[in-house]
Amino acid sequence: MADGLTKSAARNIFFGGSLFFFLLFAALTAHSHWYMKTTSTNEETLTDSVKHGKEVWEEHSCINCHSLIGEGAYFAPELGNVWHRYGGRENPEAARAGLKAWMNAQPLNVPGRRQMPQFNLSEEELDALVDFFQWTDSIDTQDWPPTKAG
Amino acid sequence: MKYETQWVAYPFFAVAMALFALQVVFGLLAATVYVLPEFWAEFMPFNVIRMSHTNLLIVWLLIGFMGCTYFLMPEEAEREIHSPMLAYIQLGIFAIAGAGALVSYQFGIHEGREFLEQPFWVKVLITISFLMFLYNTSMTLLKGRKTAVNMILMLGLWLAAVFWLFAFFNPANLALDKLYWWWIVHIWVEGVWELIMASLLAYLLIKMTGVDREVIEKWLYVIIGLALFSGLLGTGHHYYWIGAPGYWQPIGSIFSTLEVLPFFAMVMFAFTMFWKGRRNHPNKSAMLWTLGSATVAFFGAGVWGFMHTLSFVNYYSHGTQVTAAHGHLAFYGAYVMMIMAVITYAMPQIRRVQPYNQILNMWSFWIMTGAMSFMTFTLTFAGVVQTHLQRVLGMNYMEVQDQLVLFYIMRLGAGVAVAVAALLFLYAVFGRAREQVPAGGTQMTSGSY
Repeated sequence: MADGLTKSAARNIFFGGSLFFFLLFAALTAHSHWYMKTTSTNEETLTDSVKHGKEVWEEHSCINCHSLIGEGAYFAPELGNVWHRYGGRENPEAARAGLKAWMNAQPLNVPGRRQMPQFNLSEEELDALVDFFQWTDSIDTQDWPPTKAG
Repeated sequence: MKYETQWVAYPFFAVAMALFALQVVFGLLAATVYVLPEFWAEFMPFNVIRMSHTNLLIVWLLIGFMGCTYFLMPEEAEREIHSPMLAYIQLGIFAIAGAGALVSYQFGIHEGREFLEQPFWVKVLITISFLMFLYNTSMTLLKGRKTAVNMILMLGLWLAAVFWLFAFFNPANLALDKLYWWWIVHIWVEGVWELIMASLLAYLLIKMTGVDREVIEKWLYVIIGLALFSGLLGTGHHYYWIGAPGYWQPIGSIFSTLEVLPFFAMVMFAFTMFWKGRRNHPNKSAMLWTLGSATVAFFGAGVWGFMHTLSFVNYYSHGTQVTAAHGHLAFYGAYVMMIMAVITYAMPQIRRVQPYNQILNMWSFWIMTGAMSFMTFTLTFAGVVQTHLQRVLGMNYMEVQDQLVLFYIMRLGAGVAVAVAALLFLYAVFGRAREQVPAGGTQMTSGSY
């Protein structure tokens, strides 16, 4: 440790530097907040049904098996782009029907395969959840994930 | 133990270690499901096991930090704890909240964001208990001696409480949700918790090496400066793909790379002080955990963190088993081992005996650290294979997972070894004390407690 540095100088550098970097971080976060609101997500399509879908997602803690834009439990497939994987961008009706049928068919009871529970979602909850997936797929994620597999 | 109220730490350590044991049990269950996918699928789904595993970790680490604080604060502030009774009440509230969360998870009652699954009433109780803790320890500090160690420790704890308040903020816009979710998750473990870790490390080094406090405290400021200068903007490595602007890719890459520095400084600090120290402290196992914590934190948080932090690497590795590998070794090295170091150091004083069961304690250290390393290696290999098959070749997720079974079996084996080591540690610390102090190294210089 450099002898030129005294303890009080080290302390002042710590407090001054931390404050500086915190303010910079807070400012960039504020800008990111604005950018998300106006550019990377679509606030107009963020309907009540999408919001309800997020609540359904949270109520059943889907995140503790699946990941959503790469965050979550890694135990089950990525769902941030599941709408795209089901072809929702080209054929929304078919993707919606496919996703709902898949959730209704759980558990698959295939021997040796990870089992997803049956959550007994109502038709309205299923639709809301699919709306949430559709909206999430519309977020500008800087081209992540690299492949459709998620 | 110079101050009677340092004893307050004992029940905190006991509760923390009981929850640690439970955390390992849930970890074993989760690892079992990876190997036998139908295991308990009806009885306890994987998501419940996993949230129990992660939440128990967070709760016991917080209780452990509280115990460490109650133990060192009287010595550093040179006065008794403001109110031991308040400490016990506050521990009771925290334990009830934690147990309440754990039980409600088994019935599917939880909130839905990762690591913040606690039901609302649990979050409120945690907040109340933590504020009581902060009041109690801050009052002790305010009336007593202020050192860099206790000031930085309290700063870290207060900031942890401040950022915890983001747990109550859940925007409907998923991108915003993620933006602020990291203000707790990242700012805690890669920011203010490092203040707690570094000050505990400094405390242990002052006590066990006998190096001059001025030297150690200067290092301490440099380390936590490096931690926050890099760690705050380092949050950017979580903002690459969640809908945030593209500038986070260079900013996050650069600053999160610099996050290695505080961990490198801590490992250099710990070994330099150990080498310079003239004191031959008899508690060898506590010294082992202290040096081990700095070392494994450097590899787990520093090296394994850097491995997938650059945006052009993370583009492929994000959200694979590579993340799981890093998470396990980073938490183990930086926080689990540091609390174990303080417990190992404090318990002989709390029990008013010479350091005891040291050989057994060191067995536990090597088995646990070896097993955690092995677990990290297997998950890293799994993550590399997964990254290539899924992110480069575009293979379907479930098909890729089928290719990883061998790694998951080895991970389960490592988990069993961790469980054995945890039992050895609990017995070494709380079991019958058999004096084991090294020959020729038992003399203590004055004031070495």
